[in-house]
Amino acid sequence: MIRLRNITKTYPVRGGQRTILDAISFDLAPGRKLGVLGRNGAGKSTLIRIISGAESASAGHVERTMSVSWPLAFSGAFQTALTGRDNVRFISRIYNSDFARNIRAVDDFAELGAYLDEPVRTYSSGMRARLAFAVSMIIEFDCFLIDEISAVGDARFAQKCETELFRKRSDRAMIIVSHDAAYVRDHCDHFAVLDNGRMHFHADFEDAYALFKDLIGWAPPSPTTEEATQR
Amino acid sequence: MIATGEQTMPSLQRSLAVQRRVILALLMREVMTRFGRHNIGFLWLFVEPMIFTVGVTALWSLTKTVHGSNIPITAFALTGYSSVLLWRNMPGRCINALYPNLPLLYHRNVRIIDIFIARLLLEFLGATMSFMLLGMLFHMIGWMDAPEDLLEVIGGWAILAWFGMALALFLGALSMRTELVEKLWHPLSYLVFPLSGAAFMVDALPRQAQDYVLLLPMVHGVEIVREGYFGGSAHAHYDCAYVVAIAITLTFLALLQIRSVAPAIVIE
Repeated sequence: MIRLRNITKTYPVRGGQRTILDAISFDLAPGRKLGVLGRNGAGKSTLIRIISGAESASAGHVERTMSVSWPLAFSGAFQTALTGRDNVRFISRIYNSDFARNIRAVDDFAELGAYLDEPVRTYSSGMRARLAFAVSMIIEFDCFLIDEISAVGDARFAQKCETELFRKRSDRAMIIVSHDAAYVRDHCDHFAVLDNGRMHFHADFEDAYALFKDLIGWAPPSPTTEEATQR
Repeated sequence: MIATGEQTMPSLQRSLAVQRRVILALLMREVMTRFGRHNIGFLWLFVEPMIFTVGVTALWSLTKTVHGSNIPITAFALTGYSSVLLWRNMPGRCINALYPNLPLLYHRNVRIIDIFIARLLLEFLGATMSFMLLGMLFHMIGWMDAPEDLLEVIGGWAILAWFGMALALFLGALSMRTELVEKLWHPLSYLVFPLSGAAFMVDALPRQAQDYVLLLPMVHGVEIVREGYFGGSAHAHYDCAYVVAIAITLTFLALLQIRSVAPAIVIE
């Protein structure tokens, strides 16, 4: 179970404080999958970081009675001067996990070949994404936090992610944040729209999507009379 | 299969085990990023400070620096400059240490203080290895005698290291608040160097200057190390209670500082 109680996050900005998350409370039961839709900058990633414990909330608290992953497919934690192998070794050490088994799994999934022993800075963005995802899969968690995973990688990568994460680990809880509504619809069983610091929950995707569409909706400015007469 | 992250309040023993593991992992990672696998690799950890120390020792020996005592100049330079490396490099490694490592905080078990401790341990190992190896080398080729009281040398060295670590933690945490720390530490550390006791014995100073110079905690540490090395002939001046009190206070302030900046840390 993950319980959020009155999670509030404010960031200092020039001339005051900006509230990103405003007293958010919800529970996530084991095995449930929550999809969070929101515009860019709505606070989706902040929410994920707070749930993961990487960042602390300004107020409120998070209670975790199941193990929670770091934000998935996130590649920023790699030291780019180190090789892929060294990075896997580091993660294995931190989580007290079997390096020999992990490196086999990463090698198998990420298909980096000889690049596994090259510095990460020489990797293409696709290779980094594959390494990041493979590394995220070597440590097992009860709940996976997934931040815009659909944005990275090619079709082959997307298929492999699909199998690893949503087939093999379909019994786990997940929180997926994205602005890709179709992706969230296909993988979650309940939904929320994050807007203006508040979470609006919907059991039904269509309800959530209607609200989300309203929020991101942007109509081109209607033609002025001048333009109209020119036509 | 589930390897991590039980969220019930863990026992102290378990927490310590996790922290030890994380610090070790960070330390190995630091070794790899700083020294890599090229040429002599991690040997640079102590070869670099050794080159520094040998250089300074050679310069001071050639110029026959006046240090106002009958201690052989080689031994004087080795004890003095090694001590400087210890207290000066630690803060240097901790100031702004966090920014390049911020993404590591995504792993819940990695805490800010672990990043600092890993760097401090590495710095301590480098300076200590350099001091030990050069001490043994100079002894073997007959440039200096073995220490008269090895335990006292170790004690003085430990006090210097403690002071250096506390200072480093404090400045490291403070550097997250303001970049002034980085700007000011460089000039300050250079200005304090000639006053730090590396290049003089307190005994050789005029009485009035002694009182002022002894306000600097590192001076006490160097004096203890030298008394351990040269015994009574060093005429060391120091006050153990004073340095320990300063180190305790600084450690406490450092921990408070780390605790208070932690909630404000924003990861990319």
